[in-house]
Amino acid sequence: MKIKLMDIACTRSGDKGDSSNIGVVFEYNDTYNWAVKNITTEMIKKYLEGIAKAEVIRYELPNLLALNFIIKGSLEGGGSDSLLHDAQGKTHGQLLLLLELEVPESFSQYLYNFKDEYLGKDDKA
Amino acid sequence: MNKIIKIANGQGFWGDSVDAPFDLINNADIDYLTLDYLAEVTMAIMQKQYNKNKGRGYANDFVDLIEKSMDIIISKNLKIITNAGGVNPYKCAEEIQKITTNKIKIAVVEGDNIVDKINGYIESGISFNNIDNGKSIEEIKDSICSANIYIDSFIVAEALKSQPHIVLGGRITDPGLVVGPCIYEFKWGREEHKKLAAATVAGHIIECGAQCTGGNYSRWWENDNFTNIGYPIISINEDGLFDVYKDKGTGGLVNKLTVTEQLLYEMGNPKQYLSPDVTVDFTSIKLNNKKDGIVSVSNVEGLKPTDTFKVAVNYISGYKANGKLTVTAPHAIQKANKISQIILDRLKRKGIQFDEHRVDFIGYNSCSAATLQVDKDPNELTISISVKDQSKSKIETFSKELAPLITNGPPGITGFSGGRPKVQEVISYWPTLISKSMVETKIKVY
Repeated sequence: MKIKLMDIACTRSGDKGDSSNIGVVFEYNDTYNWAVKNITTEMIKKYLEGIAKAEVIRYELPNLLALNFIIKGSLEGGGSDSLLHDAQGKTHGQLLLLLELEVPESFSQYLYNFKDEYLGKDDKA
Repeated sequence: MNKIIKIANGQGFWGDSVDAPFDLINNADIDYLTLDYLAEVTMAIMQKQYNKNKGRGYANDFVDLIEKSMDIIISKNLKIITNAGGVNPYKCAEEIQKITTNKIKIAVVEGDNIVDKINGYIESGISFNNIDNGKSIEEIKDSICSANIYIDSFIVAEALKSQPHIVLGGRITDPGLVVGPCIYEFKWGREEHKKLAAATVAGHIIECGAQCTGGNYSRWWENDNFTNIGYPIISINEDGLFDVYKDKGTGGLVNKLTVTEQLLYEMGNPKQYLSPDVTVDFTSIKLNNKKDGIVSVSNVEGLKPTDTFKVAVNYISGYKANGKLTVTAPHAIQKANKISQIILDRLKRKGIQFDEHRVDFIGYNSCSAATLQVDKDPNELTISISVKDQSKSKIETFSKELAPLITNGPPGITGFSGGRPKVQEVISYWPTLISKSMVETKIKVY
């Protein structure tokens, strides 16, 4: 079954000097354990073409069902040094949500149930 | 009885909401309000302001906040912990004294700012090598514009002993704004690593304001009220167990996902989160949905801290400018490529090439690079051209080369209402370390 990362995970990215980090958070043990085996640094490096030009490091946080990817050198200097439009890697997490994955059929029970009614309504304020 | 203190954050960076701290002061049931105004580059900006005008160099938003809320701060006996002092905390304190006619007691924490001492330290043989790339500080020492030590949280606790309304510092660490009051209230010692680690995690979760309460959350559509988004509050006990929540009646949301996303924000190696007070292991933390809108955090492990403090040095490394032009279909991509080439060619004709330049198409590839496939010519896009060089005059010449394209380049260029690109100094960051034994912090009470 083909899905996107956003169907099973949330992400948050930001800067660590010259590098960005992308935290990926899963909701279920099964999806996290699958991700540990299948979402490799090589896969991330290949997907983030033009961004991940150097080493990608992965840390595991099983207690939070989360992975932390460090995209070394992706901010080309970082901070005020960088000429990148997104010099702090704020958007890298959103970009990763669009990563296509081939997952077991049994994952249909874990897919995030996006509800249309969420969108198009006014802020309650 | 188990003592609990409630600590909120109403500011994640200089430029964050001016309403959030005001609303927390007015409405929330809290003991402490923390306000974080500093990022790495903020110190350099403040130092530059100070060099031009000795009356500046701090977050003046904070002075405005105290002016409009001092009566409530006094009547509620609320304590505010902040790094708003920037590079000039004494002046910031004096301004607050003036506008509050001395009704507000302030304890200033100082000792983080070593911009006047660092060259002396370098001459005396201290290395200050860059911890990211190992380079020697010799090559940048003449361009240093700010140097601040991330000082520990025990000085914040010490400052609270004088019963001030405000503890005002410069480069106190972001989590330290939370750790300081915990040390003071619970009388924790330097060896109580697990408790210090827990408070550091609490500080990390709330230091970016609404980023743990539904801001920047992947499933943003679940948040049905961004307009009045609540800023975070933690309630913590003397064992370091704490809950994360937000004030009643505010927007946003708190759940395990919003909190976990923030736990991972700007994270390096999760087993070794270094603070001046403790080394935290983020792979130990347990989160629990206590009830709707409350996440409790437990089991935080910590080890003794390193024997160095981190120092944020900033230096001027050149000049840069960024210019933008919008171009429309038909042939938006081809025209955008042509336009960028014309600009660079015209500069080349005058003998100008840059140390570094970059062309991006906003709406097409400026954030996604080559990651996503685009199979259709966009309706429109914005060309963003950036250049960087040691020579200021080259950058000034660049800034005059964009507008002419509107009439002497390909058709359909617009979006130049902002005028010529602004020439900016490039402030570069140099992270380094200093031995704790060399650092002296002190407190002055106003």
